[in-house]
Amino acid sequence: MDAPVAQLAYPKCVRLESKPHLFCPGCGHPEVLKAFGFAVDDLGIQRRVAFGVDIGCSLLAYDFFNIDTIETHHGRTVPVMCGVKRGNPDAVAVAYVGDGGAYAIGMGGLLNAAIRDEKIFTIVVHNGVYAMTGGQEAPTTLPGTITATTPYGADNHFIKGPDLVRHVNPTAWVARGITTRQLALRDLVKEGLQHVIDGKGFAFLEVLSPCTLNWGTVEHPDKTFEILEGKLAKTFKLGYF
Amino acid sequence: MTAEPSFFVSAPMAEKQFMMGNEVLARAARAAGATAMYGYPITPGSEILLWWAKESGSEQGKKDDMVFVQAEDEIGASFMLLGSTLAGRRSFTVTAGPGNILMQDAFSMAEAMRTPTVAFINMRGGPSTSTVIYSQSEVWLTAYGGNGNGYRIVYSTATLQELYDYGIKVFNIAWRYRFPTFLLSDGYQAKMMGEVELYDPQGKGIEMVPTERYLLEEKRDRPINEVVPKPEVHIRVQDGVEYSCYRNCLNLEEETLQVNMEIKEAWDKMAPEIEESETYGNAEAKVLVIAHGIVSQSAKAAIDATSGKARLFRPITINPFPRKALIEAARGAETIIVAESAINQLARIVRDALYDIQGPKMVEHFRPSIGIYPEEIVELIKNA
Repeated sequence: MDAPVAQLAYPKCVRLESKPHLFCPGCGHPEVLKAFGFAVDDLGIQRRVAFGVDIGCSLLAYDFFNIDTIETHHGRTVPVMCGVKRGNPDAVAVAYVGDGGAYAIGMGGLLNAAIRDEKIFTIVVHNGVYAMTGGQEAPTTLPGTITATTPYGADNHFIKGPDLVRHVNPTAWVARGITTRQLALRDLVKEGLQHVIDGKGFAFLEVLSPCTLNWGTVEHPDKTFEILEGKLAKTFKLGYF
Repeated sequence: MTAEPSFFVSAPMAEKQFMMGNEVLARAARAAGATAMYGYPITPGSEILLWWAKESGSEQGKKDDMVFVQAEDEIGASFMLLGSTLAGRRSFTVTAGPGNILMQDAFSMAEAMRTPTVAFINMRGGPSTSTVIYSQSEVWLTAYGGNGNGYRIVYSTATLQELYDYGIKVFNIAWRYRFPTFLLSDGYQAKMMGEVELYDPQGKGIEMVPTERYLLEEKRDRPINEVVPKPEVHIRVQDGVEYSCYRNCLNLEEETLQVNMEIKEAWDKMAPEIEESETYGNAEAKVLVIAHGIVSQSAKAAIDATSGKARLFRPITINPFPRKALIEAARGAETIIVAESAINQLARIVRDALYDIQGPKMVEHFRPSIGIYPEEIVELIKNA
């Protein structure tokens, strides 16, 4: 990509050589990563960030930035980043995880990191499905939703991550954002980063994000927007917790 | 053990002390310069967590920036250990049995990324939860567990003194060669008390291999892509700053092949440098007893009691296995007795090592999860 043009659209810490990125058309991950990149630029912490990505779609961010990055193992990004932070207290340790990695296979690690008030920033990208493995049910899948493993509709229960984190940690910084509101998202990411830079403890941001492929809306951005803002944002409250 | 045992005090170095195996291990890690411990309570290893919890919160522990975390489970502990090691801190864990199984996930990743994690494995009864007491049935799990090809360094100790000596050594070996490294002991060694000489390794002239950050490193002695397999690390430079990006998920079979072959190449280069074994007894004896860990101590007593009829071969590194030394030791033997507190774990490795050696018959003495007395081995030697 032409560097001068790209620099207008991308954060400075983004690695231009790896663009176009590896995510599907219409995916929300690049929006979250873009917000993250601008926040890192604004705070001037590119060299201090240790960025951990999970297995699942988040792993495609392993070369998104010129930032020290570790692609970990499914559900294990939170404990790895806890270790990185304990190992090097100067690091700004960030765990970047999907809703399956965070709330299913990685729930024990996530919740206990919150309970221990680990000084890491966890970003959970919530799209309601296991995307990379082909659209199976996630703990966030809404009742009745048809997924690859719920052909007759998902059951009635689902998780609200930020509520849970707030429940176990009254002093953590906890928020939920959405990819359709990019500037607000950047501010949220910045706040979360600042919380851990200041050594205040656990920071947790969930971002409602589209999976156009598994939602079947690749060619229908209006429908993507409708699900995100009309359905998800109404079920999962935005803002601070 | 009570919550506040009387020996939880900073002890002077370079003198003999009477203490429990687990305390010896905890102090060995401290003497080796480890400053972080991540663990999950499990018998027979929990005293190491207790010791480290106490020490890290002491005045000296705070001064030394010691870290202790009791994790949510062994998965969390081992992945925190991995992260801490990647951050360049000398770190370790301790586990046993079912905990060892849960940690295989992180040890596999450590194997893939050539991360020098250190773990003390105090073998307990198996399979599954079983007993909290003793066995030698985690040999295969520790040496070859995970979905890789068993590129982990495993030392098997036999005495309390060795818990200290090798408890220091494993850190230096891990950081010199950059492989996950294990000290394999057992519930008997962990829980017994005895006299041990504690010392400052540097005072004894032991070279302390420095640690190095994988993440956020400004300057490296050795380029990281000469350590981590090349498909798994991307180095890039922006504005004169070097950034390292590590992959654990590969796209192609060819990349995976390359990762494995690079790991193998480093392993094959290292193996002859670190293989360790011990022989004991009359070198002409026709009966060769093969045992590792605490069982080798029984074997020594049995050899002493059978007046020159038998000798011992004891592998100290279970992995890499000292094959050449075993072949040398097996020369002239008419009977080989393999004694272990497990079924066919050491014996299978021995058979594999001796696959093209004709001659000695093998007597198996398998006592899973139970101690082996010298008298049992004496009987076997007499009947050989």
